[in-house]
Amino acid sequence: MIWDTTAIWQALAGGLLIGFAASVLLIFNGKIAGISGIVGQALNRSLHGQGWRYAFLIGLIISPLIYGFFKAVPQISITTSDTIIIIAGLLVGIGTRMGNGCTSGHGVCGIARLSLRSIVATVTFMVAGAVTVYILRHMI
Amino acid sequence: MIIALIAGLVFGLGLILSGMTDPENIHNFLDISGNWDPALMFVMVGAISLSAFAFFWAKSRSQTILGEPLVLPVNTIIDRHLILGATLFGIGWGLAGFCPGPAVASIISQPHKAGLFLISMIVGMLVFHRFKK
Repeated sequence: MIWDTTAIWQALAGGLLIGFAASVLLIFNGKIAGISGIVGQALNRSLHGQGWRYAFLIGLIISPLIYGFFKAVPQISITTSDTIIIIAGLLVGIGTRMGNGCTSGHGVCGIARLSLRSIVATVTFMVAGAVTVYILRHMI
Repeated sequence: MIIALIAGLVFGLGLILSGMTDPENIHNFLDISGNWDPALMFVMVGAISLSAFAFFWAKSRSQTILGEPLVLPVNTIIDRHLILGATLFGIGWGLAGFCPGPAVASIISQPHKAGLFLISMIVGMLVFHRFKK
């Protein structure tokens, strides 16, 4: 097991920022910070009152630029093949709409309001993710 | 509008600081039987503990402090759709090491991989909606 204290403090601090952002969106806009839902609904041209979704997504997109003012943006190299990325994207797209949420909507907001439905969804996607990584790393 | 922009921005800063935007971290977190890295568990601890106060506050209200309608999800049904959807999402998350938030926040720094992931994700969403009808 890895126990990287710096990474853990950064994870906790990052989590608090995420929780703060979700709280602000709820308290001021009355909306749930579920990213798959925001992206999915933003695609629906017949819906009105979309402005906040676009604004939220723009903030999310430009966040690395602002992050760069305070701290170096972590260097990331992704070695996953394009084919796997495409399959994964399709699965995430279908799965998050079918299950009405992802890590943010179910995993953070849903659990924060003690929704049993979200707790079940979170346990399910964590187990599915762990099984997938097990097969990728230890069986293939 | 400006508040939603700031919320999105702070959300993204949190994702980057926490390590959620690095698929390698996601893989190490999900690799429970291997050399498990529990760090990302603390992202949930931080995010849930803070937003729990906001949701507790919101429970008994129908309007936000700006007078906007406050609508919380009312669906409590645990059915096949929820389980199958969460399973497919979990498989995709495990394969790429990306979930929707970090992928959106990585589009500038990783345009190729994050862009490809997001386009496929949007196609998946549109395909699902087409079949639902």
